[in-house]
Amino acid sequence: MVQSLIDHGVEIIFGLPGGQAIPIYDALYDRKDLINVLMRHEQGAAHAADGYARATGKVGVCLATSGPGATNLVTGLATAYMDSIPVLAITGQVRTTALGKDAFQEADITGISLPVTKHNYLVKDAKDLPRVIAEAMYVASTGRPGPVLVDIPIDVSFAKFDYEPVTEVNIRSYSPIQGESITEENLNAAAKMIAESERPVLYAGGGVVLAGASEELLALSEKTHILVANTLLGKGAIPETHPHSLGMLGMHGTAYANHAVDKCDLLIAVGARFDDRVTGKLAAFAKRAKVIHIDIDAAEVAKTVTPDISIVGDCKRVLSLLLDKVEPRGETEWNKQIKQWQQDFPLHCPSDDSQLYAQCIIERLWEHTKGEAIIVTDVGQHQMFTALHYKVTKPRRFLSSGGLGTMGYGFPAAIGAAMGCPDLPVFAICGDGGFQMTLQELAPSLEYKVPVKIVLLNNRYLGMVRQWQELFYNKRYSGVNIEFQPDFKMLAEAYGCVGIRIDKMSEVDAAIEKAMEINDRPVILDFHTAREENVFPMIPAGESIEQMMVNRPK
Amino acid sequence: MKPMQHTITVLVENKPGVLARVSSLFARRGFNIESLAVSVTDDPTMSRMTIVVLGDDSTLDQINKQTNKLIDVIRVIDYSEVPILDRELAMIKVAAENSARAEIMQIVDIFHAKIIDISPATFTVEVTGNTDKVDAIERLLEPFGIKEMVRTGKIAIARGTHTAIS
Repeated sequence: MVQSLIDHGVEIIFGLPGGQAIPIYDALYDRKDLINVLMRHEQGAAHAADGYARATGKVGVCLATSGPGATNLVTGLATAYMDSIPVLAITGQVRTTALGKDAFQEADITGISLPVTKHNYLVKDAKDLPRVIAEAMYVASTGRPGPVLVDIPIDVSFAKFDYEPVTEVNIRSYSPIQGESITEENLNAAAKMIAESERPVLYAGGGVVLAGASEELLALSEKTHILVANTLLGKGAIPETHPHSLGMLGMHGTAYANHAVDKCDLLIAVGARFDDRVTGKLAAFAKRAKVIHIDIDAAEVAKTVTPDISIVGDCKRVLSLLLDKVEPRGETEWNKQIKQWQQDFPLHCPSDDSQLYAQCIIERLWEHTKGEAIIVTDVGQHQMFTALHYKVTKPRRFLSSGGLGTMGYGFPAAIGAAMGCPDLPVFAICGDGGFQMTLQELAPSLEYKVPVKIVLLNNRYLGMVRQWQELFYNKRYSGVNIEFQPDFKMLAEAYGCVGIRIDKMSEVDAAIEKAMEINDRPVILDFHTAREENVFPMIPAGESIEQMMVNRPK
Repeated sequence: MKPMQHTITVLVENKPGVLARVSSLFARRGFNIESLAVSVTDDPTMSRMTIVVLGDDSTLDQINKQTNKLIDVIRVIDYSEVPILDRELAMIKVAAENSARAEIMQIVDIFHAKIIDISPATFTVEVTGNTDKVDAIERLLEPFGIKEMVRTGKIAIARGTHTAIS
């Protein structure tokens, strides 16, 4: 199994052993060509593999033992599944003869992980291992990517057999792209619809990043002067510093991106799935628009929005073919209108210096990194502040749990990203709530000298829930006050890391600079921010742009 | 749109756990299964499921696409637009005493069904046909008192030269 992984280009595994995984760890003992990162919780291992995969584009691999080890991976697998991230999870299992007998540390992980994996395997014969690993790597990384789990009973993992590498995969029931519809007819129809539109908008999702289609998307946008709104996972699909970028759309999207989508007469969705956090009230979403939907997964077409034209295929290929078909067009009245919205509804940071504001910290961080760092966020207000205020310039530089919204994702995913991209600075932007869910991974980051910079936006609240309670539940703050918390500076130091507490705006730059100088261990920048700051703009869940709040309601 | 009954055939790898993959998908996506029949095909590596589902056109479209995405699914064939032959088999244990016996035998005869077991108080009737036919004989036998009944669920095959594998 280990040899199979190496033969498939795996360089690093994030995992944690246990009884039924000992033979696998025993095999790893001799392999100095495979880095085996000992995490402190299996959830951390799954997120680290996910972060590694998002940052590098390769398959991220995690490893756990049977039973509780395997079930601890589930949140990480669900996270990867929702965001179409190629992750291979390997789990130990009780011996084949004990399966189904409620043996010690037995859990039916292939059953449990069924709805959160692209596919999974229970290997009952050691001779199948090379084929199964080859298939798992292939399934995880092709078509619409996703996590694959391989469950290996202990008698299978210690069985001896003659290894023959499997280089070719042939699964008759799997073709990476089903229902491909890249036809002349479709492309011509799309080009014609674009030519006939007066107010077109491009809506770019994570699929553009996964397909490596950024250049093609930007070229299309530049040739036609169609501006691009991106989803959370589509950040970096085109540089958000480019004049054609409208930033993020949706619930916490920029007002101008949402106005553009609301008023457009043609919406061109690329690698995006009309998630409810993007559309809000479906009947009111882009209601004047025809829709072209380009996606690799036929099942996404007409799942929530029925397009006028759908092109099922790899985004990179579709966009490059479409690029040749479309007529060039210049700036129009529509472009001017959108520019006007950009001037009317700018993003802004609170200007009062008496408190620290997350938005201002993120803008300072952008200045220090020029949008070139890898930014990994956790989930909550800080995630949305980052999405709005940190302009990502390249694909695979912004990692975030979009679909599942997994608190606790950010820090371990940042470890995976940093180990996959050791030459880039990596910042984990976390809230104090989410960070406490997986902070045990400080230990391995110190052990492997992973210099993740943790930007802790600490408001002593579960801030996003508090914001909803403020706006929609009469300020009844139930279960959100987390003032009772560790001193994060001391916590960092207890682990042997560096901790800095920041209370004033005037200290922010120096703290970021100091963090960027430290290259052998994690740094926690504990920013004590304004407690009751809200993320705006906001369109309440299930509502339309009519209900958009640009500022705190009086 | 009004939910309609649709018959789909799913060719799958004949492997353990495949039925769970399909039924778990239907359950979590909220697709309603009216009936499901599974067995191995002439090719022992392949199984064939006939699933009767209830849903409107867009639900059916999602069922087809999502089922097709399962790795162990070889093909999904939607029989909504194709002329098909479909059959169900039922075994019905019906109370049959004295004077009722002759009347039941008449019904069985008219439906080309068979009495396959007999006891002093009951007949067990085997009937094969499309869903309507099985429903009809069930309704006719009901007044006599149905003690127990088992139906296979629908199986279907296309008319003419058209095959699922081609």
